[in-house]
Amino acid sequence: MTTNSPSKVRVTTTINGQQHELLVPPYMSLLDTLRELIGLTGTKEGCLDGNCGACTVTVDGRIVDSCLVLGAEINGKNVETIEGMATPEGLHPLQQAFLEEAALQCGICTPGFLVAAKGLLDNEPSPSEGRIRHWLAGNLCRCTGYDKIVRAVQKASS
Amino acid sequence: MAGGTDLLVKARANAWELDAVVDIKNIPELMTLSVNGDGLSIGAGVPCYQVYDNAEIADQYPGIVDGASIIGGIQIQSRAGLGGNLCNASPSADGIPALIAHSAVAKIASVNGTRDVAVEDFCTGPSRTVLEAGELLVSIDVPRPAANSGAAYTRFIPRNEMDIAVAGVGVYVELDGSGQNFVSARIALASVGPTPILATEAGDSLTGKPVNDESIAAAAVLAKDAASPITDMRGTIDQRKQLIEVLTSRMIKQAAERARG
Repeated sequence: MTTNSPSKVRVTTTINGQQHELLVPPYMSLLDTLRELIGLTGTKEGCLDGNCGACTVTVDGRIVDSCLVLGAEINGKNVETIEGMATPEGLHPLQQAFLEEAALQCGICTPGFLVAAKGLLDNEPSPSEGRIRHWLAGNLCRCTGYDKIVRAVQKASS
Repeated sequence: MAGGTDLLVKARANAWELDAVVDIKNIPELMTLSVNGDGLSIGAGVPCYQVYDNAEIADQYPGIVDGASIIGGIQIQSRAGLGGNLCNASPSADGIPALIAHSAVAKIASVNGTRDVAVEDFCTGPSRTVLEAGELLVSIDVPRPAANSGAAYTRFIPRNEMDIAVAGVGVYVELDGSGQNFVSARIALASVGPTPILATEAGDSLTGKPVNDESIAAAAVLAKDAASPITDMRGTIDQRKQLIEVLTSRMIKQAAERARG
């Protein structure tokens, strides 16, 4: 992009409940910040232009494409990734439902779908099928044809 | 940078040479969303979801909400806003036609002061605007809609979601107290010219006319005449002109329906 900028931006942020102090190159995406600076590689890179949703994470509770957020922007924010979904007690109900409904094949899109679906169910526990499909329109899957994913989200909803 | 959903993609593709990127989201004045008796003011950095999640805005400015709800998917709407949509100046921008139909004004600031530009005059070509070096969009201000008014925006895309408009139409109408006659109308078009287009003659043709198929069909033909699309991978000239006629007719009817409450 450009070289006329400070070499690093100081960022204090919370990721999956844990505080991090980071020095982020100013034009590094949040996606690369997570994967390369912190080592959280569960978030996947797909299209790198906001179409596929593979890199979905939440920032202050809103789902975003982490390829279209700069790491420097998350100072003071609360970020959640796929690594924060399961607990020591077990899988998140959405993860369990994805397994039971075979809602994945190659798996590259799956972390993005899970984080996006959690973003829906955390606020709307019983969405309609139409609402689920609309909410997940920003996530692409080239394997499943979506029906199994939608069924899994329905199964995990109350 | 507001939401960054266009800027970061273009910067990464080296389509733009940037000296620096300034994140405006920590400037409170640019993040303010207010709706009151004077109208609606949308700060330049306010993301789409804050616009369509606001019940008062959804009630009074449904055309603007129609547009804000279909820019990208939910992830994009968490970041992207109408201010960025306007400054990106894409001819196919879904956020702009309803703003034009609603007579919205862009408030611009620089070290020399502020100036107001009607949204229909803001874009000067694809990715080009009236903003000069050193100028910044502060907010988009929309006058309070008249009583008995309604608005609507839709686009045609071959998919259900997440696509770029082949053609789009935003309409604002004001009806008389009986709900049977148009007092005034404004019709704006997307994806059928180098900028969003205010179809002035189409809107003006409805002034004083009864709300019926004849008046609506005549306005739709005038909107089609105002369209000057190109043929590209998303559609042909003929298809786009035909779409403008059909979508204009539908949006006038929907805006009138909303005006009647």
